[in-house]
Amino acid sequence: MGPFYQEEIETASREQILAWQNERLVKQVRNVYDNVEYYRRKMDEKGVKPEDIQSVEDLYKLPFLTKDDLRDAYPYGLMARPLSDCVRIQSTSGTTGRRVVAFYTQHDVDLWEECCARAITAVGGTKEDVCQVCYGYGLFTGGPGLNGGSHKVGCLTLPMSSGNTDRQIQFMIDLQATILCCTPSYAAYLGESIIERGLRDQIRLKAGIFGAEAWTEEMRHDIEQKLGIKAYDIYGLTEISGPGVAFECSAQNGMHINEDHFIAEVIDPATGEVLPEGSKGELVFTSITKEAFPLLRYRTKDICILSREKCSCGRTHVKMTKPLGRSDDMLIVKGVNVFPSQIETVLLQKGLTSNYQIIVDRVNHSDTIEVKVEITPELFSDDMSTLSAREKEIVDALKSMLGIYAKVSIVEPKSIIRSEGKAVRVIDRRNLYKG
Amino acid sequence: MTIQQLSVFAENRFGTTLSVTEALGKAGIDIRALNVADSEGFGILRMIVDDTEKAKNVLDQEQCITSVAEVLGVYIPDSPGGLSEVLRILADHQVNIEYLYAFIVKSDVNACVVLRVRDNEEVEQILTEAGIKLVSREDIQGL
Repeated sequence: MGPFYQEEIETASREQILAWQNERLVKQVRNVYDNVEYYRRKMDEKGVKPEDIQSVEDLYKLPFLTKDDLRDAYPYGLMARPLSDCVRIQSTSGTTGRRVVAFYTQHDVDLWEECCARAITAVGGTKEDVCQVCYGYGLFTGGPGLNGGSHKVGCLTLPMSSGNTDRQIQFMIDLQATILCCTPSYAAYLGESIIERGLRDQIRLKAGIFGAEAWTEEMRHDIEQKLGIKAYDIYGLTEISGPGVAFECSAQNGMHINEDHFIAEVIDPATGEVLPEGSKGELVFTSITKEAFPLLRYRTKDICILSREKCSCGRTHVKMTKPLGRSDDMLIVKGVNVFPSQIETVLLQKGLTSNYQIIVDRVNHSDTIEVKVEITPELFSDDMSTLSAREKEIVDALKSMLGIYAKVSIVEPKSIIRSEGKAVRVIDRRNLYKG
Repeated sequence: MTIQQLSVFAENRFGTTLSVTEALGKAGIDIRALNVADSEGFGILRMIVDDTEKAKNVLDQEQCITSVAEVLGVYIPDSPGGLSEVLRILADHQVNIEYLYAFIVKSDVNACVVLRVRDNEEVEQILTEAGIKLVSREDIQGL
C-alpha cells in the first residue's frame, strides 16, 4: 500500500470522492456561468442553467468544450478570474489557432504541483530523494509541473530542462539522482548513452516518471532494464493543468486520475454520448477546482478506458489506460503536439501544393518527423543552391510553426501514394498504440 | 548569344535518369550534353538537347518537373590550359560562376563548356571582347 502524498484524499472512499465532486462541480458550474461569458452563451444555447446541475449525474447536460472553443475564445475568453489574480501562463506550441494558453492563479499552481507531488510520491519519492527533471522548462508544462511537485515532496530538485546529454549524465552521477523525470524516449536515450559510456554502475536512479508522449510496454521494459529502475507513466494536458492529471502507481497498470480535481468521463467521439465504465472512448475532463481557467467537459481527443477496479496500491481514484489512440489527427512528436493542418498551412504559405505526406518514426528511441513535398514548377530551379535554399526555407518555417525540426524531402510530382484518390497524409511507423 | 538548357527534377532512386533518357530517345531527341547535380534526396539533370521545346513537351507529358534556362556555351581550345584561359578572364572580371560543365564535340578542335552565370549579357560581352567564341543555337542543332 502507498506511499501517498495526501493519503486521506488518495484513498478516500468512493462516496467521499463523489461527495467532493458533487459539491465542487455545482460550485464550479455556477462560477463559470457567472464569470465566463463564452461558456454561459454555450449553456444558454443548450438551454442549461446552473441549477440544472445538482451532481455529477447531471454532468452530461453540459455542453462540451473543444480545442476549437479555445481557438475562438483565445486568449482570454475562457478565463473565470481577472488577469490580476493570475500569476502564470503555460502554453503549447503551434499557431494562434492551435496554441493553448492556460492561466493559473497561485492556488491553481499549488493544486497542479500537488498533483505532481502525488505522482512523485507514488513512485517512492521522499524528501531524501534527488529528482532530476529533464522535461523542457518554460511554456511547456512538463518542466514546471514536475519541478513544483518535486519541491512539494521536498526532493532536492535538479532543474536540468531538456537536452545536453553529457551534462545530464554528469549531474545524475555527481549529485546521485534517484528519480528521473523526462519523456520516455529521452529516458531510453539517456539509458543507452550511460551504457555506452560505461557509467551504468555509477548511477543511483531508482524510478522514473515518463510522460508527454505515448510509449509501449516494450519500451517500459527496455528503459527499466537500461537504467535499472521502475518506469512509471504520467498523463496531463495544458488545457486541464499539465502533467499530473493522472499518474501511475506501484501497480504499473494504468494511471489514477486525481478525481478530487478532475471529473473524467468517457464518451463516444462520434455522438458525444457518455459510455459506461470499461468502454473505450474519448476522455473528457471537467476541472472542478481550477480558478483561472476552469474547463467544463473538455474533450481531450485521447481514446482510453476507465476502470474503478480496486487497485493494489490502495488508491481509490479511477484509473485510465494509457491513451489507446486519438479521435482526431493530432500527432505527438518528441512530446510536442503536431497537427497535419499546421504543416499544410506552412506548405500552402510557401506556395506549395497540398500534396504532402508526413512520416513519423522512432529511430533509436527518438521521434523523427519527415515531410514529403511534391515538387512544383515554382519550387524547382536548375540551380542546386537555390533549390536547397528553398528547401531550407520550408524547414525553417515548419520549425517556427511546430517548435521541432522536421526533415523536408522534395519528391517527384504524383509520387505520394493516394488511396481512393486521396493522399495518405500521415504514416506513423511507431506503432505506439499497439500495446 | 545564349543556348537553352533543359533541367529536370529527379528523385534519388533507381531508374529516374533512365526514364528521362528513354522518353527523349523515343521522341528522337539527341542529348548533346548532360550534367547531374545531386543532393541527399534529389538530383537535377541538366541537358543541352537538339530541340529544347520538343524535349520539354515530351518530359512535361511524362509529368516531370522541368525548366528551361538561357546559358552560355563557350568554345574552348581542346588543349591543356584551354579552360583555364577562359576562367581567368571571368575571374579577372569577378564573374561568379553558378556551375559549369563541359562537353566535347567530335569533329571539332574545340571543346564546349556550358556556363551558368547571373548575367548572361555581361559575361557574353566580356568573353567576346576577349576573343572567345560562343556557341549558338544553330551550332547546337548542327553538332
